Amino acid sequence: MTAMKQAFPFAAIVGQDDMKLALLLVATDRKIGGVMVFGDRGTGKSTAARSLASLLPPMQVVEGCRFNCDPRSGPQSCSNMCDIRNTSYRPNIATSPIPVVDLPLGATEDRVVGALDLERALTRGEKGFEPGLLARAHRGFLYIDEVNLLEDHLVDLLLDVASSGENIVEREGLSVRHPAQFVLIGSGNPEEGELRPQLLDRFGLSVEVRTPTTLADRVEILRRCDSFERDPEGFEAVWRAPNQTISDQIAASRERLADVVVDDPALETISRLCIAMGADGLRGELTMMRASRAAAALSGDMAVGPQHIRRVAPMALRHRLRRNPLDQSGSDARIERAIGEVLDA
Amino acid sequence: MISAAAPGSRPVAARPPESDRAGARWADALLAARLLLIDPVGLRGIAVRAGPGPVRDLWLETLRATLPAGAPVRSLPAGIEDDRLLGGIDLAATLQRGRTVIQEGVLAQANGGIVIVPMAERLAAAVAARIAGALDRGIVVVEREGVGRAVTTRIGVIALDEGATDDEQPPEALIDRLAFQIDLRDLSARGLTVTAWDGLAAARDRIATLAPASNEILEALVATAAAFGIDNVTAPLLALRAARAAAALDGRSVIGEGDAILAARLVLAPRARFAPAADEAPADEPAEPPSQPEQDAAAQATRDDHPEQPDQARLDEILLAAVQAALPDDLLEQLSGPSQRTAPSRRAGTGGALAAKRGRPAGSRMGSLRPGVRLALVDTLRAAAPWQPVRRGTASALGKEIRIEVRREDFRIKKFVERRERTIIFCVDASGSAAFHRLAEAKGAVELLLAEAYVARTHAALVVFRGTAAELLLPPTRSLSRAKSLLSTLPGGGGTPLAAGIDLAVTTALGERARGRDPLVVLLTDGRANIGRDGVAARQRAGDDATDAARQVNAHALAAIFIDTSPRPREDAAALATAMAARYVALPFVEATAVRDVVFSATPGFDRDRRSP
Repeated sequence: MTAMKQAFPFAAIVGQDDMKLALLLVATDRKIGGVMVFGDRGTGKSTAARSLASLLPPMQVVEGCRFNCDPRSGPQSCSNMCDIRNTSYRPNIATSPIPVVDLPLGATEDRVVGALDLERALTRGEKGFEPGLLARAHRGFLYIDEVNLLEDHLVDLLLDVASSGENIVEREGLSVRHPAQFVLIGSGNPEEGELRPQLLDRFGLSVEVRTPTTLADRVEILRRCDSFERDPEGFEAVWRAPNQTISDQIAASRERLADVVVDDPALETISRLCIAMGADGLRGELTMMRASRAAAALSGDMAVGPQHIRRVAPMALRHRLRRNPLDQSGSDARIERAIGEVLDA
Repeated sequence: MISAAAPGSRPVAARPPESDRAGARWADALLAARLLLIDPVGLRGIAVRAGPGPVRDLWLETLRATLPAGAPVRSLPAGIEDDRLLGGIDLAATLQRGRTVIQEGVLAQANGGIVIVPMAERLAAAVAARIAGALDRGIVVVEREGVGRAVTTRIGVIALDEGATDDEQPPEALIDRLAFQIDLRDLSARGLTVTAWDGLAAARDRIATLAPASNEILEALVATAAAFGIDNVTAPLLALRAARAAAALDGRSVIGEGDAILAARLVLAPRARFAPAADEAPADEPAEPPSQPEQDAAAQATRDDHPEQPDQARLDEILLAAVQAALPDDLLEQLSGPSQRTAPSRRAGTGGALAAKRGRPAGSRMGSLRPGVRLALVDTLRAAAPWQPVRRGTASALGKEIRIEVRREDFRIKKFVERRERTIIFCVDASGSAAFHRLAEAKGAVELLLAEAYVARTHAALVVFRGTAAELLLPPTRSLSRAKSLLSTLPGGGGTPLAAGIDLAVTTALGERARGRDPLVVLLTDGRANIGRDGVAARQRAGDDATDAARQVNAHALAAIFIDTSPRPREDAAALATAMAARYVALPFVEATAVRDVVFSATPGFDRDRRSP
């Protein structure tokens, strides 16, 4: 009855370097915040997001915890639903894959935030909490395809939880709070409706994917899709090694991250870029700093240099510019210009 | 029935006689059906353009007859809700058995078979996206009302597009994913033949064993798609699958050139955004390529004819600022707020009593059952559940045996957010007189209003009239950036066929209303009609026609705003606005050019971001 289709390997996606880099950056440092991927149909947006799961190294969790609690973060982090709250309790530690949870269209609020377990209540008269998608996504990723088609009340709810990192449920006589720290990954087609500015703000990085323009790339896409379709297992086997390389790269860059130096000249460059772009608030600078540090870590460098800043600036700033919503082409050109002025001066 | 000769169709002279073409179309339709059934999951479906009638029935019947025995066929009821589409909890069974029982949605029920979508042109974007998701992944992921699971959903979709005009198109999100688009309009059922075919099982077996396509085939499909301006990379992939199915249909083990040609004709040609060159166009390219691409191509041509001046962008900003100052504030608000109109005949559906069950679901709340509200069953049960042991105890003390007792205080009512989508139809006078006076400002005004529309997530359409006719330059879309780019390259000149402009705006508005959206017509003109409906220049006649067209706006109770762009507000413009029952706004006259020149020369670094819309 249930069947998960084999995911197309991340490494086999042709081109789309910006999108792939953005995903690797947040996989390296989740504090960067989410990634929003805009693009036409058929550009591999959801393929990339869904194949991310196979690249992530496993994480440690409290055994049996339904909220993916981190054994290292101490008793206060866990919800009152978990025994770890008791300080004398020594939980068993288990490893679990980092969750990449799909928020499907048509999801109802009770499944997202969690609700009273209906079956238990009806059969045994017990009041039990059934965790929702937000609990499942804790310490992982929450992927929303067609994010611009999401119901408004769900968007509001997600924004609230994403900013507080905590899911508070007060319904049906239940009073539950549990940590829900997830990285939002959204994808959408701007032709099918624009994204609310408040939601766009929540994403650390924003990338635009386009259909590859060269015939060679398009033929290669067609060839790979065809081989994958005809023999998913065989295709996966061919791409296992390249995928593993990326997976190792993420693991290594996570280790390296804490030691990557962001020196004062780099910080100054970042600030000057943000000022030149008129990007509001500190969020732009923080995101830029984290993203360029993660970019350095990914490429094996121990200090952030101009090349890292240059690489991440467009995706970190694109959606933060005060701009005319109708002016779609302008922002990238402006960022390029500012990068030129600040970095090449 | 609509005539096949749509605007923009290629000269008929180059084509085979009508009867042959009809026969070829029917043959292609049958061929598409067979190919689909050979690989329904890969090819995903067929969009069938045709009204209900014997021809379509015959085609559907043939399709059904070819399906393997036992393969499900499910039809999607209009206005289907998520619990039926995706599946959810089966309340009756759940209550009876005391454990959660799941009911499959229509999509999952059709697993291994076909889903028919009637009236696809009216399919809600949200439903289209759900079907598209199921097609892409072969599963339906349900996270609804106590149910969370993924169900295999390997289906093909038949989208019955009954749109009478080109304005009515099924959602692109769905159509783009379906391999084939066939057109059965104007075919006569007389003389159509169907030959029985029982090779499906063999062809299905064979397709799995086909050799991989050669590089030549792959490259040819990609290059053909590119030459026709098809950007989407899934189009060549669908074509490849069609070629594979065609090879299997023919009993071959290798995909041949003929299969690729067939696939290009059936899959790529209907998606063509432009023809590479007239003489290369395949002879049997459909009579009417989708209207969108044509306009794209037209817009492109316009752009090429009028290369954008380097200062254009900055000029636009200044004009925006100037117009913003000239527009009353509440006009912008009116666009984003609810319709103010108190129409002579109150349309069904907008009344307060019905509001309780319209719009998108938005959770539930406590409440009492009264007519017109809808019970949120699962939430009600959740509210009742914790009390069951107590109530059972009370009941059994009274000698009664109950399974579940639900009391009035448990009732939970579905909350709905009334969010009727709105479509703003800009009807812009681009005639010579308007161009002379205020076309630039009118463009600026539209642009400002579009920015507001963006915030309110509104659809926009653009009707332009000049010369002797009106044109729907942009069919209703949410891609407002396209509206803007079309507008900025809009040249002005010629007569003022005001009546034609208003007529087209009314037609467009009614089409939008039929889709359940609230249309708003924004007419920007100086009101000086000089071309009648017949396209003849005669001022008196033109004026009468315009007044008559304006009355149509009122007769259909369409909300409208009349923006007078003439240098000095004139009585006949106001009279037209009255006939439309439109809100009349005169743009106060400012020496726009002079102001612009001064501002422009004084502030070369004018920053559009300072503008706070």
